[in-house]
Parts: sequence; C-alpha cells; structure tokens
Amino acid sequence: MRDDATMTTTERSAPGAAGPVIRIEGVTKVYRSGENRVLALRGVDLTVERGELAAIMGSSGSGKSTLMNILGCLDVPTQGRYTLDGTRVDGLSRNALADLRNQKLGFVFQGFNLLPRTSALDNVELPLLYDRGRRHRDTKALAAAALARVGLGDRLDHQPSELSGGQQQRVAIARALVTEPTLLLADEPTGNLDSRMSVEVMALFQALNDQGITILVVTHEPDIARYAKRIVEVRDGRIIRDHPVEERRRAGDDLRAMDEAANAPLGEAA
Amino acid sequence: MKRSTLVKVAAQSILKNKMRTLLTMLGIIIGVGAVIVMVALGHGAQSQIQSQIASLGTNLIVVMPGATAQGGVSQGAATFNRLTVEDAEKLKREASTLVGVSPVIMTRAQVIGGDGNWRTMVDGVSTDYLAIRDWAVQSGALFTDADVRSSRKVAVLGNTVAQNLFPGGDPVGADVQIGHVPFTIIGVLAPKGQTAGGNDQDDVVLMPYTTAQNRLSGNARLWQILASTASPGDIPTAQEEMTEIMRESHRLANGAPDDFTIRNQTEMAQAAQSTTAVMTWLLAAIASVSLVVGGIGIMNIMLVSVTERTREIGIRMAIGARGSDVLTQFLVESIAMSLLGGLVGLVVGVGGAALLAHATGWATATPLGAVFLAVGFSAAVGIFFGYYPARKAAGLDPIESLRYECPAHESSAQTPKIDSQ
Repeated sequence: MRDDATMTTTERSAPGAAGPVIRIEGVTKVYRSGENRVLALRGVDLTVERGELAAIMGSSGSGKSTLMNILGCLDVPTQGRYTLDGTRVDGLSRNALADLRNQKLGFVFQGFNLLPRTSALDNVELPLLYDRGRRHRDTKALAAAALARVGLGDRLDHQPSELSGGQQQRVAIARALVTEPTLLLADEPTGNLDSRMSVEVMALFQALNDQGITILVVTHEPDIARYAKRIVEVRDGRIIRDHPVEERRRAGDDLRAMDEAANAPLGEAA
Repeated sequence: MKRSTLVKVAAQSILKNKMRTLLTMLGIIIGVGAVIVMVALGHGAQSQIQSQIASLGTNLIVVMPGATAQGGVSQGAATFNRLTVEDAEKLKREASTLVGVSPVIMTRAQVIGGDGNWRTMVDGVSTDYLAIRDWAVQSGALFTDADVRSSRKVAVLGNTVAQNLFPGGDPVGADVQIGHVPFTIIGVLAPKGQTAGGNDQDDVVLMPYTTAQNRLSGNARLWQILASTASPGDIPTAQEEMTEIMRESHRLANGAPDDFTIRNQTEMAQAAQSTTAVMTWLLAAIASVSLVVGGIGIMNIMLVSVTERTREIGIRMAIGARGSDVLTQFLVESIAMSLLGGLVGLVVGVGGAALLAHATGWATATPLGAVFLAVGFSAAVGIFFGYYPARKAAGLDPIESLRYECPAHESSAQTPKIDSQ
C-alpha cells in the first residue's frame, strides 16, 4: 500500500463519502512494443459522480479499452492521478489492486466470462470468497440474493452452458453486484447479445442505476449508449466529447414496444 | 480464500477432468506402489533374518576357541582348542551376570531305532541349554542335573529326527542306539526351524555333555560354550566378565592374547541386518525414480491446465484474486492430485506386497514409517512439481488472460497489446 503521508486529506476521505466515484487527472498510458512507443492515452481527465450511468464510446483503437482497464484497476496509468472512491490507485501494488477490484468494483464483460461447468450460484459467490476483509458471512445466501435481484432466482443450480446468452450476462451482472461495489464497469456488455437481449441487459442496468448504483458502460453502439445518462466519446487517446444524453431512452419502454410489435400480427389474427 | 474453499475448488477442477486426473495420478500411483512393494519385500527379508537370529536364543553369548599363533604365524580360528568343561563350570560359578551356561560338544552319529536309522548331529549340553536357546520340549522332558552328573544314557530328539525315526508315534520311552551305544529317549524338542544360513536346527539329538564326552566323542575339548544374560543390556558387562574369567581359567599372562573368542547375538544380527538394509534402500531408491517421473507428469499436466484455464485465471484476478490466491489454488490442485495418487498407490503397494507374498511365499512387511514416507514424499512431489506451473499462473496478467481465447486460436489471441485498445 502507498504511504498515507503522500495523500491529501480529501484523498483519504472515507469511502462512501460525498466525493466523486472516479476522478482521473492527466492520465496517460504508453505501451512499448519493441522500439515503438504507442500512446494509448494522451492525457485524460474524467470525473464520474455517484449515481451516474455513463457510456464511454469510441471506435476500435480509440483508447477506450485502455481507459477501461485503468478505471477497472486492471492496469495502472503511466502518468497522472486516479482516485477511486477516495483511494489513490496510481502506483498501487498488484495485490492492492486486486483487493481494490474485489471491494470496490464489479465487472461485466462482453464474453460473460463465467467459469464453465460451475453453477450460477458458485459463479456469483466467487468474488465473496476472495474478500480478504471477510465482511460477508453467509456467502451462499448473498449470492442467491444477487441472482434473485437480476431475475434468476430460479436458476441457481444451472451451469452457464444451460443458460441463454442474456441469462449468462445476468449471472455475470449478479456476480458484479454481489460485493455491493462502488462502481459497476461493463465492457461491451451487449456485444455478444442479440438486440432484444441487449435491451434487456440495458433495462437491468437502468433499474440498478435507479437503485443508486454507479455504472460505467463501454460500448461502440450508439443505440446502447442512448440508454445512459451521459456519453463520453474517446478518440485517439483523448476525450473529444462529454455530454449528457438528451431524449434518454428507457429500455423498459423499448422492451414493451418490442413485445407489442411481436404480438401485433397475432392480435390481428385473433 | 478459506482453506475449505480452496480444497473445494481444487476438488472441483480435479473432478472436471476425471480421465486426465487419473492418468496424471497413475505416475504417482505406480511410483508410490513400487516403493511400498520394494520396502515391504526388503523389510520382510530383514524381519525374517531377525527372527531367525532371535531363534538362536535370547541374549546369547558364545565362547569359541580362539585363534592361536605359533612363532608369529597365525593358525586361524579354532586351531588350538583349549575350551574345557572346567571353563564352563568356572563361568557358571563366578560370572554374576550370566543366567545360564552350557558347554557344547558336537559330534555326528548314526541313530538307529524306531523305523530305521538317521545320521544326525549330537549335541552334548547341560540343563541350561534349552533356556539359553529359548527352546521348549514338545513331549517328555529334558534330562536333569543328576543325569548329567552320572552321565546317564538318555537323549532328547530334535523334531526332524523324531519325525524320521518315529513317524506318527511318540518316541518318548523308546530305546535307540546312538553311535552303537544304547540310549533311552526321554523327550522330543519343539520345532525351531531353519537358521539364517538354511540349516535345519531340528536335525539334532541332545544328551548330557558328560555322556557325549564319555560315550561318543572321547574328546575333553568343547566345541563352544553358550551363555545367556537376563537382559540385552547386560551383554557388554557379561562379555567383559567372561573374558576375565576365561583368561584366569586359562592362566593367560598379562598382555598375552586371548585364546578364545567371545561373540554375542547382537553382533551376528547386525552383520546380517546391515546387508538387507542396504538392499532395501537400494530397491526403494530405484523405485522412487518412478515417483520422480510421476512428478514430472504432474508438472506437465499442470502446465497444460494453466494454459487451458488462462481465461479462468483472468476472471478470478479481475474479481479480486491476488496472485497468491491463484498460486495456492494451483498448488493445492497438484498436491491434492499427488496426495490422492499417493494414497491409492499405498493401497496398491500394500495389496501388491500381500499378493506377492501369497504368490511367492516371500516374507513381506510394510513398516509404518515407509507408509508415511511414501505419502509424505508424494505430497512433496506435488509441491515441488506443482510450484512452477502455479507460479506461472500467478504471474499472468489479468488483462491478457481475459482476452485469451483458447489454445486452438493461440496465435490470434496473442495479438500485441497495441492493436486491441
């Protein structure tokens, strides 16, 4: 862990305090590939407040994945400061980063990334087992509750191979939620899903966000980004636009519209 | 992660690949099994030799005629026999640590009587002899001190002699001729079996040493004097005491070499034991090579497993597993696999040893120490050969691991970082 003396008082402020969930200032990331130096991030400033549902948009190669990895404490910036929920992240050790991921972050991936041949319940329970603080006692009950929260309370014993893509992604969301993280990070969460399932997942995100959970979604699909409250556009390692979403769509409404469209011919026939 | 959870996770992943796990464990099973069988064989031989030496008698000390030198030329052992009945009597009288002393006169003679005749060893001994040799009488009784004093013509048959001359019948009370001298049989000895050298100890006739001297051998010299102490701890003191008494009895001047040799059972046992111990360790060492090969098998499979499960490792790291958590997980898996293999190998080894004993009639014995050693060694193999793959897993980068697809598409999955932002 870093030395407390190097932190300012605001940086050490207690987690859950009123400060922003994410604050990054002047973050750069340089990759070395042989003799080439590649600037993946060229000085990014971003602040995400509590209760936001923000979308990070950008094409392949824009640097959004690098930004995501840094925000997700999977990688550290070459330069710049990153404060997550009052904790300085830049310069932390591998182990400290692992603990931070466990306690403050929930991940949702494009490929679901569930453990194969492992029940939904065991998959969701997993982050609780890596909790060094041992804050959670009845890990099975918490995992079951998280699955119920995403509407899979009746699929506890199903293995990933027995679930649809949308259901697998919901198991992954339950796994991200089970530790009650400060921030839920979703990397292309709808990339492997058809449009209906995509809207379902976004509806779930919106519902969770309404319950106060801060969510950051990385996507390259404008349709998906429109369900967020705010869109951050990244290009060439810089944030080029950062704006609130006008005419924000409610995924729940879209789902109903989809159902009506699907049922309409049936209705006419009857 | 809690210890119970670690074991559960390891058990799950071991069970997910049953066939592979079994094949991996096979190396350890064979290794441990081979070590157990070899040690059981060696140990069986050792304990057999031990019991054979013990069958010579309890806390046995033997006085034999010593080597003499004439004009500086050694004449070899027992070239000049000066052991006499007086020596034996003096030992019996004066040695405080001895509980039994018996002179032994050995001669071969033809025994005629019962169903036919039989050539055998005739031992002239005292009444202490059976106690010294830890031997019992099966029927009848041994001769008494009175028989010895009056050199009565009574004999006790060894089991082999009794069976050859009186098959199915009890020879006690029968008359036989030993070396053309009529004797009355007063007892039959319990069977004692073979010596370590393969000699039949039951092919013998015992009689009072006085009778043997007067009627058969006609020689005043003793073949040897047998003595015994109350406990093994007394043996060194007894040997010193006996040496002193013998020197006095033979009137040896100070500085003159002993004209007798005193040996004890422990020395004989040690010589035989060290040979078999070396054999046992040699066999075990050869067998343990297969254990090492089994360990390499485990390392091999664990390396494959780490590669295959790169994505799983990435997931675990992303949700908060530290490198040490991943290291422990894989280490527990390899230890569980090798330990399980060790336990199965133990069963196979003990079963194999029993089967071998049954099929060949060899003595086998599985010492508890070998069991612990084999199982402990297999766990050590798991740690040693599991560490490198586990270390490799723990050192993986979470981002790379999450991006990892599957071994078939390795080339496409390992695109340089810069292309996949």
